Amino acid sequence: MKEELFVSGRNIPNIDPVLHVWHWHIPLYLFLGGLAAGLIFFATYFYISGKTDKYPTAVKIAPVIAPFAIAIGLVALILDLKHTLYFWRLFTAFRLESPMSWGAWTLGVIMPLSMVWPLIYIKDMIKYFESSSKRTTAVLKWIDGLLNDVNILKWVMDLARKYQMAIAWALFLLSIILGVYTGILLSAFNARPLWNTSILGPLFLVSGLSTGAAAVMWMSRHHFEMKAFSRFDLMLVGIEVFLIIHMFMGFNASTQAQQQAVALFWGGEFTAVFWGIFFTAGLVVPAILEIMELFGYKVPAFIPAFLILLGGLIFRFIIVDAGQITRYLY
Amino acid sequence: MRYAMAMDTAKCVGCSDCVVACQTENNVPIGFCRDWIVENVEGTYPQLEMEIRSERCNHCENTPCVRTCPTGASHVIEGGIVKVTHNECIGCGACIEACPYDARYFHPDGYVDKCTFCDHRVAEGLDTACVSVCPTYSLTFGDLDDPQSPISILLRERKWKTLVPEAGTKPQVYFLI
Repeated sequence: MKEELFVSGRNIPNIDPVLHVWHWHIPLYLFLGGLAAGLIFFATYFYISGKTDKYPTAVKIAPVIAPFAIAIGLVALILDLKHTLYFWRLFTAFRLESPMSWGAWTLGVIMPLSMVWPLIYIKDMIKYFESSSKRTTAVLKWIDGLLNDVNILKWVMDLARKYQMAIAWALFLLSIILGVYTGILLSAFNARPLWNTSILGPLFLVSGLSTGAAAVMWMSRHHFEMKAFSRFDLMLVGIEVFLIIHMFMGFNASTQAQQQAVALFWGGEFTAVFWGIFFTAGLVVPAILEIMELFGYKVPAFIPAFLILLGGLIFRFIIVDAGQITRYLY
Repeated sequence: MRYAMAMDTAKCVGCSDCVVACQTENNVPIGFCRDWIVENVEGTYPQLEMEIRSERCNHCENTPCVRTCPTGASHVIEGGIVKVTHNECIGCGACIEACPYDARYFHPDGYVDKCTFCDHRVAEGLDTACVSVCPTYSLTFGDLDDPQSPISILLRERKWKTLVPEAGTKPQVYFLI
């Protein structure tokens, strides 16, 4: 039995012949959101558990990346909108059933809080950058001056210091919501079989935490902390591999639409990039390097860290692009 | 009130009159369409079987597009018609991703556009544009809550199917077979 399908009278851009509504903006944002979630998660977790001195880079320095990552992600998100000037409509409604609405509001709250957190530690940051970058140090000193001189900023920072534990708890919970949200955004789409699996939530959360751990590992200058985060990252990569195996098991045992969707990774057009670049270069190789580190070999931290970050970015591009190709069969 | 459409695949000849009527009635920009023709040919030559369908938004009862809309621009009006408020739509594309039928598209002006079941005509007691022009009378529009409406009678008397019922959307465009 041979089947042919002709569709006449329709050739709509971005929909025919395959859906391609979301371009580079969404995967980039999902990556940056996950990275920010990971950085904030570790910073607040170790602050809350009173281990600031043990993991100083994670708590005081690395979170400075988070507001920048979120800001770039937000710009990408807004650029992705086709009715750009109406973006504020996101904040005139809260829709319980829409993951995107949840995401918009989460970002709206986490963005200012994630700016306050690194400002609390601005003096530590000046010390961190003093030896490496004169320009960054100058900018940080200028900001520090502003925080002391402008009354309202001083008032905000005093308030933030006073209620730092409350801010830490809020950021901790929000970072988990943000990390899960990057996956839930996709898994809520029943119409795209590849996305329609609830494991995408935990998978994106773990992947985001792993990229966060990699960034801390890269930035840290303390041997103990670097080793610890190498170990955290190794553990997260292990969980990620476990979740990926479960995702494929679920797909292979599911309906024909999902079996056909996952065929993209078993001999289809995403096989090479998924297994070659993401799985091997972005998960297995850094994991091996981290295991070598564990056994006392000297591995420069930036190599596994860079691979993990690259893998995380490519993973999101693969899932967003491949998911849009998949569809129900009729 | 539950508006629905029946589409007789045995009568349709695929002339695309419904497509053009819709484009004219609703001022659909050139290069886009809210309804379209699918010719589905199955079999091995010369044993072929063809089904022609005039497809559009299914005005589902369980609407993934409305559920996923972050601003509430996508909504359901009286009679179960799914609509988009243009100046509430931010053009995020979530509803396009959510539709298993690919029935929505970006209007060149930025917002998402789709079939409205010609609610402006229906409000005046008229048929939708596509139904009113169909030369083979293969399209029937009506109220499912009225057991004596032509569409209710058709769906009682004929065999029918809906598209991808397994997507759980409870589509309200019925294809008579």
